[in-house]
Amino acid sequence: MAGDAVSHYDVAVIGAGPAGMAAAIEGSRAGLSVIVLDEQELPGGQIYRAVERAPRARLRILGDDYADGGALVSEFRATNATYVAGAMVWNVNPQLIIDYSQDGASREITATALVVASGAMERPTPVPGWTLPGVVTAGACQILLKAHGLVEDNLAFIGSGPLLWLVAAQMIAAGKRPVAIIETVPAARYAAALLKLPLNPTALGYLRKGAKLMRTVKRSKAPIYRDATEIVISGDQRASVVNFVSGGRGHQIEADLFALHQGVVPNQQITRLLRCEHRWDERQRCFVPVCDRFGETSVPNVYVAGDGAGIAGARAATLQGRIAALRIAEKAGRAVGPSTSLQASLCREASIRPFLETLYAPSAAVRSPAAETIVCRCEEVTAGCIRNAVDLGAPGANQVKSFLRSGMGPCQGRFCGLTVTEIIAERKGEAPSLVDYYRVRPPLKPLPLSELARFSIEPGTEDRVE
Amino acid sequence: MKAGYDVADLIVVGGGIHGCSAALHAAMRGMSVIVIERDTVARHASGVNAGNVRRCGRDFAEMPISVHSMNIWRHMVDLVDDDCGFQQAPVIVMAESDSDLEVVRQRVADVRLNGYDHEVILDQSQLREYVPSAAPHCLGAFATLDDGHAQPYQTVLAFQRKAQALGVRFYEQTAINTVRRSGADWEVIGRDGVRFSGHYFLNCAGAWGGEFSRQLGEPVPIEPIAPMMMVTNRMPHFCDAVLSLVSRPLSLKQTSSGTVVIGGGRRGDLVPGTLSGEIRFTELQLAAETVLSVFPVMSAAKIVRAWTGIEGYLPDRLPIIGRSSTEENAFHAFGFSTHGFQLGPGVGDIMAELIATGSTNAPISPFDITRFNHDGAETRAKPANGRSW
Repeated sequence: MAGDAVSHYDVAVIGAGPAGMAAAIEGSRAGLSVIVLDEQELPGGQIYRAVERAPRARLRILGDDYADGGALVSEFRATNATYVAGAMVWNVNPQLIIDYSQDGASREITATALVVASGAMERPTPVPGWTLPGVVTAGACQILLKAHGLVEDNLAFIGSGPLLWLVAAQMIAAGKRPVAIIETVPAARYAAALLKLPLNPTALGYLRKGAKLMRTVKRSKAPIYRDATEIVISGDQRASVVNFVSGGRGHQIEADLFALHQGVVPNQQITRLLRCEHRWDERQRCFVPVCDRFGETSVPNVYVAGDGAGIAGARAATLQGRIAALRIAEKAGRAVGPSTSLQASLCREASIRPFLETLYAPSAAVRSPAAETIVCRCEEVTAGCIRNAVDLGAPGANQVKSFLRSGMGPCQGRFCGLTVTEIIAERKGEAPSLVDYYRVRPPLKPLPLSELARFSIEPGTEDRVE
Repeated sequence: MKAGYDVADLIVVGGGIHGCSAALHAAMRGMSVIVIERDTVARHASGVNAGNVRRCGRDFAEMPISVHSMNIWRHMVDLVDDDCGFQQAPVIVMAESDSDLEVVRQRVADVRLNGYDHEVILDQSQLREYVPSAAPHCLGAFATLDDGHAQPYQTVLAFQRKAQALGVRFYEQTAINTVRRSGADWEVIGRDGVRFSGHYFLNCAGAWGGEFSRQLGEPVPIEPIAPMMMVTNRMPHFCDAVLSLVSRPLSLKQTSSGTVVIGGGRRGDLVPGTLSGEIRFTELQLAAETVLSVFPVMSAAKIVRAWTGIEGYLPDRLPIIGRSSTEENAFHAFGFSTHGFQLGPGVGDIMAELIATGSTNAPISPFDITRFNHDGAETRAKPANGRSW
């Protein structure tokens, strides 16, 4: 085994979204050797997915914010960073040994510093019927639109959050009006949120964008239901109808596809695997890694940039990526300028968050699902079973996992982790931080046994550099 | 009872299967019991092991207590009001070569010689019947057809729950610094100053048990190790038995949901200073190779998760069970060297009898702590029972 031949880099970046690309750009500029490992075939992350290849018509549908990502991607392409596309990172350890799979073979690299830029994922939305075929997420619809220009017919949006309105507006721009927008934001939230609105140009700019999206949807005459509760999706074999209460009466809407959304949360799989310290963010109602102002976690030389550090959006992610890389360069003794102005910009970007987090806090229904609602899809564990395990003495998320296998399936808790924490916390009357979150185990994503059997430590390759 | 102070007849340190079982059995004998656990109950090896419940392949020194334990497993509901997920299943140790076959024959002959009949030889065609998916180079096996497997965490939690129902008090997240005499009693002092006092002290601290035996003046050469396990996605049903190999480390079992649990001795790294384990994929790679060579059907499997559990490993691979050799009213049951789960129900019963009545008929002398001298070195050769699996 050629253990000493493993390639070493000054910086390894996981994820080629705005944070990862920005870290690679800044790190390369400072003269550091940088490798970027990304699962997708093209740089851009979720937000700028496939922006390089989007035809002009699609750019028009997806809007300026998406098209603007093209410049960042070009800048990233122009660096001398090693870019490995289609690389699924399946193990990272605190000594910064990183194992990844590409084209059916696994390789290992080492790094002096790591920037985790693995972004956000949609919050799990366990409502009755969410596991039926024909129920997707708003984010999944947008992926189809960005990558393939696909837009679904007869789609109903259910939930809350900026992305819900963005995807609805993009669909309308593509000529497909949604069947309905069923928003779960309680009416009282608007007043509470307005109190959190800062009056600076950055925040007001975001507010104007949001208002414009809502106007687009309203003008399309798509029916909008506000303050919806008691959502139940049902159908024979496949979801065909959603029932809910809005405006004091029951409604029933038929659709071919139902897109759920309750905002996005940090993808914490890598920082959990590394046993970074995390804290419960009450406003975002999720765990976030504990970071210093440069994004460095409790594990030395491990940084988090972008939504993985707490949801802040694409522009903030770009700033965070640059700040992290500058810090790494500084620690490596490179002559780089201070990141003070970047920090100030980051503060401005973050100023809209309290407003959004108040307005679009996840609905009570998904935080405390009905007893018969499946929470862990992989192992088919219901909310009622989880409460029962708590009553039987399982004190936290990991004991519930041991007891019921929830979170032990192929998704390793991505779809149920936060819900399980919330359910246990509610049942015990305890803070979610005490209930804790699943310990995440390698491999981060399922790895073929045959690939592991062939895994010998060879140098990481650069053969997919584009 | 003032805050941070509690008294009972028996103080058990360690909330794994052995601590919980001993506590339950002692409570059934009318003792008041406190269990102190540094983490949460069943956090380490007891809760995350493969769940194999086997007599097959054991060292003959362990066989009487293993058989006793098995009788408890078969009627588990009667003891803890929970079946603990116990299912009867064959445990099969497969031979891959002629020399392995010789080991098989010798093993089963030794089993007979020691007065047991639970282990039998399977020839190649019998092996095919039980394990149709085994590769053609598997020539035969020795097996116990009525061993089984259970759900580890569910089991320990059931013991804890039943013990609590009988009045046992559990202190979790309570690390113990010091065990010392205080008059006729034992005083057990936590890291944060919490104090416990009891007439009897029982060390069930698993991989951490060596610290307490050291404080009693009888150190043992225990080594914490981190055996690795992995589990695959759901596979089409191909196997009902718990399988291992005569001469290569492997243990494999398909669960009722179709996932395949793979373990059997490959070790991960201990994270220095933490006593937690980390996967060593270069070692796990060997396990993957072994699985594929024996079960071609597994070439379609994907590993969903890999983990380690911390075990206390003694050089002769036998646990320490019995009285302290240096102190009155102190007892040990730790260091089960990766095969303690099945023994838990039986050993707890034996320890409770020993503590409550002052003696037991169970043959526990091979596990006496005096087999290591007080420098921690082994003073007696391993009981001449041949190898165990």
